Amino acid sequence: MIGFEPHDHSPTGIAAADVEEPSAAVAAQPPKPPLKLLGWARENLFGSVPNTILTLLALWLLWEVVPPLLSWGLFHAHVTGAAAQCREEGGACWTLVTERHRLMLFGVYPYDQHWRPLLATFIVIALLATSTLRRFWRPALLWAWGGGFVAIAGLMWGGFLGMPYVETALWGGLPLTLALAVLGIALSFPFSIILALGRRSNLPAIRALSVGYIELVRGLPLVSVLFMASVMFPLFLPEGVTIDKLLRALVGIMLFTAAYLAEAVRGGLQAIPRGQEEAADALGLSYWRKMRLIVLPQALRLVIPPIVNQFISCFKDTSLVTIVGLYDLLAATKAALADPEWRPFFVEGYVSAALVYWSFCFFMSRYSQWLERQLATGQRR
Amino acid sequence: MAIGHPGNAKRSLFYSARFRGILYQVVVVALVVALGWYLVHNTLTNLAARGIATGFDFLGREAGFDIGESPIAYTPADSYAHALVVGLLNTLVVAALGIALATLIGVVVGIARLSGNWLVARLATLYVEGVRNVPLLLQLFVWYGIVTSLPGPRQALNPLPGIFLSNRGLKVPLPEAHPIHPWLLLALLGGFGLAWGVRRWAIARHDRTGRPFPWMLTGLGLTLGLPLVLFLAVGAPLAMDVPTLRGFNFAGGGTLSPEFAALLAGLSVYTAAFIAEIVRSGILAVPAGQTEAALSLGLSRAKTLRLVIMPQALRVIIPPLTSQYLNLTKNSSLAVAIGYPDLVSVANTTINQTGHAVEGIGVVMAVFLVISLALSLLMNWYNAKVALVTR
Amino acid sequence: MAGSPVVELIDVQKWYGSFHVLKDIVLSVGKGEKVVVCGPSGSGKSTMIRCINRLEEHQSGRIVVNGIELGDDLKAIEAIRKDVGMVFQSFNLFPHLTVLENLTLAPLWVKNVPKAEAEALAMHYLERVRIPEQARKYPGQLSGGQQQRVAIARALSMKPSIMLFDEPTSALDPEMVKEVLDVMIGLAEDGMTMICVTHEMGFARAVADTMVFMAEGRVVETAPPAEFFANPRNERTRQFLGQIIGH
Repeated sequence: MIGFEPHDHSPTGIAAADVEEPSAAVAAQPPKPPLKLLGWARENLFGSVPNTILTLLALWLLWEVVPPLLSWGLFHAHVTGAAAQCREEGGACWTLVTERHRLMLFGVYPYDQHWRPLLATFIVIALLATSTLRRFWRPALLWAWGGGFVAIAGLMWGGFLGMPYVETALWGGLPLTLALAVLGIALSFPFSIILALGRRSNLPAIRALSVGYIELVRGLPLVSVLFMASVMFPLFLPEGVTIDKLLRALVGIMLFTAAYLAEAVRGGLQAIPRGQEEAADALGLSYWRKMRLIVLPQALRLVIPPIVNQFISCFKDTSLVTIVGLYDLLAATKAALADPEWRPFFVEGYVSAALVYWSFCFFMSRYSQWLERQLATGQRR
Repeated sequence: MAIGHPGNAKRSLFYSARFRGILYQVVVVALVVALGWYLVHNTLTNLAARGIATGFDFLGREAGFDIGESPIAYTPADSYAHALVVGLLNTLVVAALGIALATLIGVVVGIARLSGNWLVARLATLYVEGVRNVPLLLQLFVWYGIVTSLPGPRQALNPLPGIFLSNRGLKVPLPEAHPIHPWLLLALLGGFGLAWGVRRWAIARHDRTGRPFPWMLTGLGLTLGLPLVLFLAVGAPLAMDVPTLRGFNFAGGGTLSPEFAALLAGLSVYTAAFIAEIVRSGILAVPAGQTEAALSLGLSRAKTLRLVIMPQALRVIIPPLTSQYLNLTKNSSLAVAIGYPDLVSVANTTINQTGHAVEGIGVVMAVFLVISLALSLLMNWYNAKVALVTR
Repeated sequence: MAGSPVVELIDVQKWYGSFHVLKDIVLSVGKGEKVVVCGPSGSGKSTMIRCINRLEEHQSGRIVVNGIELGDDLKAIEAIRKDVGMVFQSFNLFPHLTVLENLTLAPLWVKNVPKAEAEALAMHYLERVRIPEQARKYPGQLSGGQQQRVAIARALSMKPSIMLFDEPTSALDPEMVKEVLDVMIGLAEDGMTMICVTHEMGFARAVADTMVFMAEGRVVETAPPAEFFANPRNERTRQFLGQIIGH
């Protein structure tokens, strides 16, 4: 261990050999607490008086909540039997789910044909899962989605290959939620790009129209947009032409989502340095070529995380179609609880539906954060 | 703009950027106008076919339906316009209270997530992640279910003396009218005015001599203490209008309807989760170097937070926060699903009864647009005012 | 320069988890002494000086500043921080306050100095760093060199007896480095005790009383600059100097 005298300027200072070799010094170790867990607890939970009070409060809260919750939800829960049994004995009535899960998941779709929406749901989930991997981000993926949509449409409607025709009024539950969310985002995406480009345009009329649309729609609640779609679309069409209820809701969701997506796309466009557009202009590319080949591919890469976030919002928002009379997952759950026998167990019913929404949204948001990190590292300059 | 030879005049006009720009705009506007005209024409035809007139004079007609709760007097004999105003007031009341409650909860949870206490931080995270990923409507249904599955008034829960929780709502005792009340209000305002004066004096003195003065605590004491002193001086009149069970329901006291309670609880808890995230990212957005510089100058942690961190964090927090406030106001429209008579719900009933769908929806849209525009302008003004000055 | 040392590090050790970042650090700085610490990146130089005003905590060993021992005692830490000024690589000026307010913040709120006096003092230091005309501007409106000079003035506004510099010119464009170094040389000539982490060897040669070379968390060599540059005793030092001075 070497010290030095700050005032000693003599050239014969300290021998270099003593300086760096650790042979003389004992390889020191960080001071370890007697028990690793105890040390951690001491620092993170009981570090100071206010901290200790908070920890004790939190522990008390958990003590009051968790054991009764576990007792009700797990240890005394029922999974089979009749509603009467649940009522008499207390405890969570998961029997509601085991008995009526078909109604909750598929709505009023014909009971014996439930394999069709089930298969359709699997196709959507498989396509979504594949789309999350960057490895598959190729034009072929779009073809896969197209084929998937055709298959799903065929499965749900039926009318060929021995599958009886099922009208859209009978569609419901999880497949409907997925369809509305996926189609809502997919169909609104092209429109949102046009809106975003319009908002950045130099042409005042086009910019005014884009801004007007975006700000108008973003100022409204989705409920009123759905009401408008549901009530006014039939009025918009020439006499005698009817429009399917599902289609009305879908168009409403699409118009609504497009405004929010447009803002996300605009954010991506703004992040592209002006130099890119200028270089493209200098090369003589027309506006549309420039957008298609240079600007949009770069912008969309930045825009994918916000799009995923919008998809999560859209997925949650599909629950609002209950209000305009469509039978999505939430409405189907509510219908399953309409039976007076099962009505007291609304907590179990809604918790089950909530679990479906939660797992989807939570994992999508984790994915979005992971994706953002991945894409950011790819941008290293 | 291309200056071509006379022979090429026609060609260069077509390729001129300005000309094309104008052409595009004319085409697009024409298309939009044509589409609009087509839709309007169809609508008018369809409405005529159903025998529904257009126009806003239906607003003067008698409403004929009852509204569950209202901050102002309303009877079914009032006009539709009056009913819509009641709906609007209901929306504003639940939105205002929801914003206040959500902000309170959200700030606490947001700071808790940043806490050094592992348990508290994890619990806060559990709350945020649990609530954010479940649709609001589902949460509202659960709250409404809880509120309506409470026992009837005869078996109402009595957590505190005078407070009753039943499936007919929350009943709280209200103080009975007493002549001292206006004076108490005056005392409160007077105390606040005094507190403000103390603050100005304290700041001026700090500037002049450097001596600090705890004006915040003093101010609080003055604002609350003056009314309290007055209250005690007149003998502490505490006569309360306590809800008492009469027959099948309670009489007296103040009421919070189950629908209102469920909507308020659902909106606040849901929006608070988003506000917590905004507060957390706002505080994290302030670079660590700022804290280090302030600490190395000798500022205490509390002073660093107040003078250096919070001003910078608030700049990042306020824009998305106002956006959440707007979301909460828009989400109050879900009231229609649980029977709280907000604007959308009342408008819905009006449309069903009169058939004037277009006008009804138009009114709702106009109101929400005014609200969101006002908030937008406020936010733009705030942003411009506090923008960090750079070159 | 006689008397007891104003800053002493005795057998200081620090770990980040299991990574041993400071190993057996011993340092002693007298009043008015200028110490320049250099070394390759990751050698722990910044960590070491950040331990001196408790921006980082050391796990073992002792640090004594102006006779006060650095530990968990908050009062001691506060007292030390009031007397030790620090200048950061990234300036860390408060963007929401004007230059003048940046300088008066600490005197007003820590020392409870009257506002007029604090502002006069601030203008005095702004003149010393040669930018009094920028007093009412915001940091975002200044160049990097100007910002760092303001940061130095801000640290000086608390009238510290010791100044710590953590790579003050590393984030500056080359043409602005000189203006900052000139201010630091002025400070040195006025007798301030300074501990500088820097790569500016010209500055070191002109100003330092002692050169300290650190590598891999250890103090490898200490010597007066003349000897340090001309005759480095350690191979590692020689290697480092060769890389730095060569170009």
